[in-house]
Amino acid sequence: MSRVRGGHNFYQMRVSDKEISASRGPVDILVALDSDSISSHSKELSAIGVVVYDSAALKEKHDGSQFFDVPLLDLALKNGGDKIMVNTVATGTVLGMLGLGTDIFLDILREILGKKGEAVLSANANAARAGHEFAGRECLRCEFSTPAIGTKKMLIGINEAVGLGALASGCKFYSAYPMTPSTGIMLYIASKAKEFEVIVEQAEDEIAAINMALGASFAGIRAMTGTSGGGFALMVEGLSLAAMTETPIVIALAQRPGPATGLPTRTEQGDLLFALHAGHGEFPRVIFAPGTPEQAFLLTNKAFDLAQKYQIPVFILIDQYLSDSQWTYDGFNLNKLTLTDWRATESELEGVKDYKRHFLTDHGISPFARPGTSRHLVVTDSDEHDEDGHLIEDAATRVQMVDKRLFRKMPLIRSEITPPVFYGNSRPDIILTGWGSTYGIMKEAVNILSETTKVAMLHFSEIFPFPSSQELDYLEILGKANMTIIVEQNASSQFARLMKTETGFEFTGKINRYDGRPFLVEELLGEISAYIG
Amino acid sequence: MPTLDDYKGQEPAWCPGCGNFPILRAFKEAFVEMDIEPHQFLIVSGIGQSGKFPHYLKCNTFNGLHGRTLPVATGARLANHEMLVVAVAGDGDCYGEGGNHLMHAIRRNIGVKLFVHDNQIYGLTKGQASPTSMEEMVTKNQPFGVLSEQLNPMALAVALDCSFVARGYAGDHEHLKGLIKTAVNHKGFSLVDIFQPCVTFNRVNTYAWYSQRVYHIEDDYNPEDRVAAFQKALEWGDRIPIGVIYRNNRPTFEERVPVINELTLVKQPVSIEGLKSKLRKTIKEFF
Repeated sequence: MSRVRGGHNFYQMRVSDKEISASRGPVDILVALDSDSISSHSKELSAIGVVVYDSAALKEKHDGSQFFDVPLLDLALKNGGDKIMVNTVATGTVLGMLGLGTDIFLDILREILGKKGEAVLSANANAARAGHEFAGRECLRCEFSTPAIGTKKMLIGINEAVGLGALASGCKFYSAYPMTPSTGIMLYIASKAKEFEVIVEQAEDEIAAINMALGASFAGIRAMTGTSGGGFALMVEGLSLAAMTETPIVIALAQRPGPATGLPTRTEQGDLLFALHAGHGEFPRVIFAPGTPEQAFLLTNKAFDLAQKYQIPVFILIDQYLSDSQWTYDGFNLNKLTLTDWRATESELEGVKDYKRHFLTDHGISPFARPGTSRHLVVTDSDEHDEDGHLIEDAATRVQMVDKRLFRKMPLIRSEITPPVFYGNSRPDIILTGWGSTYGIMKEAVNILSETTKVAMLHFSEIFPFPSSQELDYLEILGKANMTIIVEQNASSQFARLMKTETGFEFTGKINRYDGRPFLVEELLGEISAYIG
Repeated sequence: MPTLDDYKGQEPAWCPGCGNFPILRAFKEAFVEMDIEPHQFLIVSGIGQSGKFPHYLKCNTFNGLHGRTLPVATGARLANHEMLVVAVAGDGDCYGEGGNHLMHAIRRNIGVKLFVHDNQIYGLTKGQASPTSMEEMVTKNQPFGVLSEQLNPMALAVALDCSFVARGYAGDHEHLKGLIKTAVNHKGFSLVDIFQPCVTFNRVNTYAWYSQRVYHIEDDYNPEDRVAAFQKALEWGDRIPIGVIYRNNRPTFEERVPVINELTLVKQPVSIEGLKSKLRKTIKEFF
């Protein structure tokens, strides 16, 4: 929740030596810095769970072996000299409870606080050690076993991954209006603006944001915008403009629960059909919905490629859950990146006598020159236009242009789309299907259920144009399963509706969640077992 | 050196006598005289009778949406600030639908030259009041007359410290041509509001009405005096000033964006090898 002034808030962290991809319910260590944390979360404790709290500071004493009373404030004041270091003491305490050393933590403190000077740093280091020592000495119930510390991993969230993907694609212009949960993309690109020579402009509104990006794109560079539902509602007019003028654009749409302001800091997959149908008129578009930061990085790269190649709008659909979670990786494979300049180069234009911006070709794609860089005039119009880009009224040209934009390009665009990820048992009885942010939770559920059931998952991250079943016959796989369950973080199973429209397929069961909270592993398993019986 | 023939575009669909014709002629002549060739600049226009303007000459063209000329022009200019970017809009387009964008383009001082064809009426949609329609003017859609106060774009622009504020009149050809050149040569954001009589729908602000009232701003007037400019901008009624009302030399947005100090964005080389080497360094920050 957006609590700039402070107040009850929480952050959940899960540690494992196995790959993990979602949050689970039971909490092993609950660090309660306020009373609300105890009343709201102590019921989530696992069998070996411990609540770390400060009875003196919170002015409440709890009996029971699951409560570990740590004088966080007192240790902060005595060792750090300032109550602000309570969190440093608490972190030291947790490391002590887990039997882990403080070396890495001290390094991180240096990284974060180093610029504040030695005094601040050593005060924090003392505070951390004090918490660590206290836990080692006093926590009688701590029986946690932790794996050995492995190699350093990359820690990245999806907004950063989308931003990184944009930079990796040669994006030169990002204009947006701040809106949770999409703002992080703009912030990340802005932090790299100098190094990657990108202009990041905070527009006066989302209408300006998309129109600026279109102006920059028309002029010849790769441009992007990002927003959330309400902001995207304002951009819809510009989306249609992108389509009519065949100007490439990448749009990151970070979903949150609507309608209207909705639940601004919560999560939902409620805007799939909005993104699919947004914009007046009929035109092609591409929608990607990555399920992990790694997918987001590569799909953003693909989004820029397709946007420029086919001169169309391409969406990256994410949501608050993805925006606010972080994943670990050994690294990103840069060899999977692609970068082709699909704009007409000066040498390609040399032989052209009479350049036409919307020249009719068999594949529907017209060479797109950069205005002002050659003697050719680049003319386009939001009105229906002829090949030259001048506005027209006649029926024949209108039909030619719609055919060009929609029917000639669409099969080519569709051939670029890769099939869903098929994970788990190769001849499953039960199939969980989802898209976007449910990747991690479905994978965990499949891993657990696989011990007793023949189960698999189908995860779609390239949603529109709907993938063909040639490469992976997912329709046949689904057809052979006894039970097919669609898992969506929305009320009306939007993906299931799209799939029925596109393929005729209907799932046997639906799991929907629309309370704004992401699924925890146990919760999804509970919903699935209600189906399995 | 280009000629007027090089600028010959599509056949205009404006009403005979429309104030847009003399604006088009002044614009073409000014550009020929400034030795600017059609491929050397971009016109971004919106929707309205003025939106068709770039089709009626020869130039790079982005005829976008109603009200959205300035954001598109801003993006294009930031992508390639060596290219002259002209925005053409109407009074409804720029002062109504796109009002917010005008305010912020002025703040940025982006080097876009904005020409507003101000006919004080909606022509394309056949005669409704515009933000600059005079109070009490009766239209089919304003049967009790215009009830809102007339917008004064000149005073608004001076109040926002717009770096170039001028007004021209379609009926004063040489003066308008000179104004177009001055605006194009100004390095920051230029706003030129041009009185453009609508012979079909505006029966109040006719050629005669404007001709009786407009006067050339005095030679000894100092357009760099903002307070005097505000006073000048407020003049309306029997005498209406045309010419440069206000100008200043504040730095342009392009000058202040460090990443385009050396090369325009369109000219900056992008290679997969170059990007990968930067990415390897950037990705390390996540470890």
